[in-house]
Amino acid sequence: MHTVHTGETPAVSLQLLSPDGMRMRSAELDPWVADIEAEDLAALYRDMVVVRRIDAEATALQRQGELGLWPPLLGQEAAQIGSARALRTDDFVFSSYRENAVAYCRGVSPTDILRVWRGTAQSGWDPYSHGMATPSIIIGAQTLHATGWAMGARFDGADSAAVAYFGDGATSEGDVSEALVFAASFQAPVVFFCQNNQWAISEPVGLQAPAGIAGRAPGFGIPSLRVDGNDVLAVLAVTRLALHRARTGGGPTFIEAVTYRMGPHTTADDPTRYRPANELEEWAEKDPILRLRRLLDSLGLFTPELEAETQTLADSTAAELRAGCIGLPDPEPLTVLANVYATPHAGLDRQRAEYAAYLASFDPTGGTDA
Amino acid sequence: MTMITEQNSSAGAANGQAPVPLTETKTLTLAKAINAGLRRAMLDDPKVVLLGEDIGTLGGVFRVTSDLLAEFGPNRVIDTPLAESAIIGTAVGLAYRGYRPVCEIQFDGFIFPGFDQIVSQVARFHYRTQGAVRMPITIRVPFGGGIGAAEHHSESPEAYFTHTSGLRVVAVSNPQDAYGLIRQAIASDDPVLYFEPKRRYHVAGPVSPELGAPLESARVVAAGTDVTLLAYGALVSTATDAALAAADEGVSIEVIDLRSLSPVDYDTVEASVRKTGRLVVTHEAARSGGLGGEIIAEITERCFDHLEAAPVRVTGFDIPYPPAKLESHHLPDLDRMLDGVDRVLGRRR
Repeated sequence: MHTVHTGETPAVSLQLLSPDGMRMRSAELDPWVADIEAEDLAALYRDMVVVRRIDAEATALQRQGELGLWPPLLGQEAAQIGSARALRTDDFVFSSYRENAVAYCRGVSPTDILRVWRGTAQSGWDPYSHGMATPSIIIGAQTLHATGWAMGARFDGADSAAVAYFGDGATSEGDVSEALVFAASFQAPVVFFCQNNQWAISEPVGLQAPAGIAGRAPGFGIPSLRVDGNDVLAVLAVTRLALHRARTGGGPTFIEAVTYRMGPHTTADDPTRYRPANELEEWAEKDPILRLRRLLDSLGLFTPELEAETQTLADSTAAELRAGCIGLPDPEPLTVLANVYATPHAGLDRQRAEYAAYLASFDPTGGTDA
Repeated sequence: MTMITEQNSSAGAANGQAPVPLTETKTLTLAKAINAGLRRAMLDDPKVVLLGEDIGTLGGVFRVTSDLLAEFGPNRVIDTPLAESAIIGTAVGLAYRGYRPVCEIQFDGFIFPGFDQIVSQVARFHYRTQGAVRMPITIRVPFGGGIGAAEHHSESPEAYFTHTSGLRVVAVSNPQDAYGLIRQAIASDDPVLYFEPKRRYHVAGPVSPELGAPLESARVVAAGTDVTLLAYGALVSTATDAALAAADEGVSIEVIDLRSLSPVDYDTVEASVRKTGRLVVTHEAARSGGLGGEIIAEITERCFDHLEAAPVRVTGFDIPYPPAKLESHHLPDLDRMLDGVDRVLGRRR
């Protein structure tokens, strides 16, 4: 088995697809993708192209002043699509803010993904409708939520699993270490999915984890895998493996998906100030979409029809997202005071009444209060 | 997960006696009243789970959770590793899944490693999700000084939480309220910080099985006409004694037990101050930025014309918690409260 040992983060990651699109054989991982047919490969390709297009369109919307900010996932499509497509609807995702491709896989509409970044809401969707929590902006905090949810699943006797998505920077946060301790102690059915995209804003992964990331988890008593995060098949395989372990009483698994943030941390960031240009070129050669396209090509599956339908889907999704974003209404003023509590709260009720009266005082018709 | 079911079903017998919930008024210590309230809540709702350090086999360092592990099993009374952020953070995940977690923070001064999860997560999920996700989490915190303890064991951190929107904050002073309010806190769909006056844990009083007055309400402990003396937690008892002492000198003090620190039951406080015209607020927590200042500001706005004198605060000093041999100087006691009463009456400056 490719299990990582304590303190040893292997230089080589698990792979099923080489950067030039060759299908590598792996006795351990092959069984986990044995059911993947030509149409499934095409679907993974479509997913990755569409989420890259969502990402590009959102970046453009930010540049045009329609979004306050956008955290691009460019380069991380395989890590997110491969893992998210391994999940069941009754599983629950607790993510960071960059997992927009995961949200897409969980059925969140592109417009809803943008709400937070347009500033019309703090949460773009109802978590229970998609089995995906509101993305956490506090780094690493969601790993504890995933662990708690998974403890509950175990207490309930359910075979659902939680997945915590976080980045290489988050591994320095105390909450992540505490989540690993609790998950191990309570054998919680949780998958810790770390996308090591090499950079935490300007800080390289070597600053967060001089001895590597994957080698940490075994010290907590958690089996760990290091996978090529730009290899969608390998990511799918290891996530399925980890989920199976979670569902069958095997407890938590840690996955380090080695990938690369091709873009800035967010649209407010300028990576040319800290990142060598040749690094980007090196990673462009390992592009996750190009890699799958090469495989499809070599299998004779990259047909003009697939290319055309993928392009059409990407275009229509982008158009839908653009129209949806621009059409998002500003929230009503008094909703600023709504939903702070689930039950009536005398102090806040008073403030709401006061502010409603204040707003009404500007209305020449006398207006209506709240 | 057969193993879990077996643990649950067999655990009750390990105690050797059938658990009897409170069905009639009994005399209980404050700690045992909380225990009875926890037990009642756990019997009523299988989604109520307890998390904390040493709460299982030991029954908590103050024994508040005694015998509950034996009765409810390890999936409902969870001895956690020593990590406060994780105690709160996993409670968030459990709440996401429909549980009603009750977290025990072992001592007031240990809550700060969990502060981020409380302030950035627990308090905000309902607002963040426009009401989709509820956080019915109760966080129990033994608080306050007067027990001769080492540093970090005697603190009064309540103002950090009353300043945080999205949280409800209560402090209990007696066994009856301890029982009623822990049940109401657990039943609340909002997160509740539940502060327990640790130096009053072993004081007994009558406890009826009723829930009592609502979570948000203050209580007039002793009626009076000259001065309103507002207290909460352990100081309610001291304030009541101060009122008795003042009565000997012909001063009539109305003592109010605030109970709910967020929101504050201003209607009750205002009604009292409109009657007495004089307000003294006392708490162990530091004065600056403390709850006393906020209450005085609100009452001044509401009924300035009814005030006969500037309100007075009798509080802990603006210092880190002092060594045990100095804490009697820091903590408001009966004499300092009466000194505050004298000042609000214009008898001294």
